Amino acid sequence: MNCLLSAEKISVRYGSLAALTDVDLCVHDGQRHALIGPNGAGKTTLLSVLGATTRPQRGTVRFVGRDVSRLGPAARARRGINRTHQRPAVFATLTAIENIEVAALPRTIRRRRWSPGGTRGAARRTAAELLDQLGLSDLATVPAGHLAHGQRRQLEIAMALAGRPRLLLLDEPAAGLSATEVGRLAELLAALPRQVAVLLVEHHLDLVYALCDTVTVLRDGRTVAAGTPDEIRTSPLVRRAYADGVS
Amino acid sequence: MRDEVLRRVRAAVATLVLAGLLVAPWVVDDYTAAILARTLALGLVGVSVALLTGVAGMPTLGQTAPYAAGAYASAVLGSQVSDVGVVQVAVAALAGATLAAVTLPLVVPARGVIVLMITLAIGELVVTVLGRWRSVTGGTDGLAGIAGVRPFWGLPVLATDQARYLYTLVVVATLVGAVLLLLRTRAGVLLRAGRDDEMRLRASGHRVPLYLSGAHVAAGAIAGAAGSLLVVAQQYISPADFGFDTSALLLLGVVIGGTASVGGALVGAALVIAVRDWLFGVLPGHAPLVLGALFVATVYLLPTGVTRARRPRPVPAPRPPDVAPTRDRDATPELRV
Ligand SMILES: Nc1ncnc2c1ncn2[C@@H]1O[C@H](COP(=O)(O)OP(=O)(O)OP(=O)(O)O)[C@@H](O)[C@H]1O
Ligand SMILES: [Mg+2]
Repeated sequence: MNCLLSAEKISVRYGSLAALTDVDLCVHDGQRHALIGPNGAGKTTLLSVLGATTRPQRGTVRFVGRDVSRLGPAARARRGINRTHQRPAVFATLTAIENIEVAALPRTIRRRRWSPGGTRGAARRTAAELLDQLGLSDLATVPAGHLAHGQRRQLEIAMALAGRPRLLLLDEPAAGLSATEVGRLAELLAALPRQVAVLLVEHHLDLVYALCDTVTVLRDGRTVAAGTPDEIRTSPLVRRAYADGVS
Repeated sequence: MRDEVLRRVRAAVATLVLAGLLVAPWVVDDYTAAILARTLALGLVGVSVALLTGVAGMPTLGQTAPYAAGAYASAVLGSQVSDVGVVQVAVAALAGATLAAVTLPLVVPARGVIVLMITLAIGELVVTVLGRWRSVTGGTDGLAGIAGVRPFWGLPVLATDQARYLYTLVVVATLVGAVLLLLRTRAGVLLRAGRDDEMRLRASGHRVPLYLSGAHVAAGAIAGAAGSLLVVAQQYISPADFGFDTSALLLLGVVIGGTASVGGALVGAALVIAVRDWLFGVLPGHAPLVLGALFVATVYLLPTGVTRARRPRPVPAPRPPDVAPTRDRDATPELRV
């Protein structure tokens, strides 16, 4: 099995609460992988383990064949794991375009060391393109702290993309977005180059089924099912797992 | 439009202040010129405090440490090696930067109030060392009779308070200009980003501790340079110039001036020093109390300081109904980069 990212036997406890118990996950190169489950299932916790903001009590994370368990968030980002947060995290006093520029810098610095206009020019071009794709160009010079919730969420997605990830971790990117915004987001994600793998946590199951080729279902910190969208949609196990959660 | 007006008003005020500072030596007496020069030096330390507290998000009570290192380096050098001002400023900046670099392992991993406590301890430690190391520092008596400086090779030695004040003004203006320019580069943007949301900056792959180290060393260099100016302004230094009260006043000044604003830090620090000196005469013994009240009033009434009353106000985030409160961004044990 050749995983781009593999998590093996991940366990996270908060005091007496087992947020994750022996969770295994494999995301292949270019895969569109959804992670679903009712509230409190441990989805965000798993993303934080992958992004290195939560240290698991047990388990190993491998990325591109290397054990990255001991690397911090920045080092993992530089290797190509970029994420968004369930509560959008942006730099409030920086403008929207500066936010994306900052996120783009670590990669542009390495790629275009001697490019004319410098790394900042390259970062700014990336930022402008991403804003355009998300339909946020009008807001380029607005401080991120002024943006509405949905706009901040989209801005953070643009920031994650600006890092040119090999694996994109998205924590409920569609939550709080309007129908139009969800549509644009779906388009953007569908249009991502195939080199980018996506691990998508999402309650909007329509979006999940439209975009993803693999679905993993978590419940009470354990993997209860994994398969193609069709298998998951019809699985009685999944219906039960979701019965007391969200629709 | 309001921002534009605000910017113009601020630029006009800055120009007026600068003009006032330039003509001051011809208007005021020697004594006041000397006080002004000392206040400018302290204002420059205030700028270094603002750089750390407001821009980089590392509140500090310890900038008196590199300030003292710079002052003593400059005083010792002045009496023994070179009387050229720029050399002394450079050596003082180097001394301040070196001291800041040495304390990096203590300061950079810490956050918030812990930084205040650690930097406070470093400041106190430096004052203690200055008091004990008599052979070099003259102990608590300090160093007096420090030789005058010539600003540059070939220029005469500064002989009057007015001349010393103008020299101080030129150096402070140059360094503040350099800081303002630096903050407009990528370095400034990254520091502000780290202050806004450090975890987000890391999640994008940035080496935040490296940036904080850079800011800390740069702030040390600025404070060190200010130390050299203090020596010129006072021609006398002692550990009392670098005590806790000075750190506290500087932080107060920076908060009053609006923590993230370099100009504000200068104004705030000058204001606080002036208030202290004035109160010292009017209400002997009560100055700390009044300054404390001023501090509380500032923090509550003007959370962003007098020079920056307006700031982006975050739009409250509506919680989508199907999402439980998330805790993924705080309170979890964190890996080192
Ligand atoms: N920092 C924390 N301290 C204590 N408990 C936590 C912490 N973070 C998460 N939990 C708990 O761990 C469990 C899993 O939480 P997590 O946020 O991963 O769930 P989730 O699947 O993302 O849910 P949601 O769909 O509501 O976002 C929950 O019971 C939650 O209350
Ligand atoms: Mg969650």
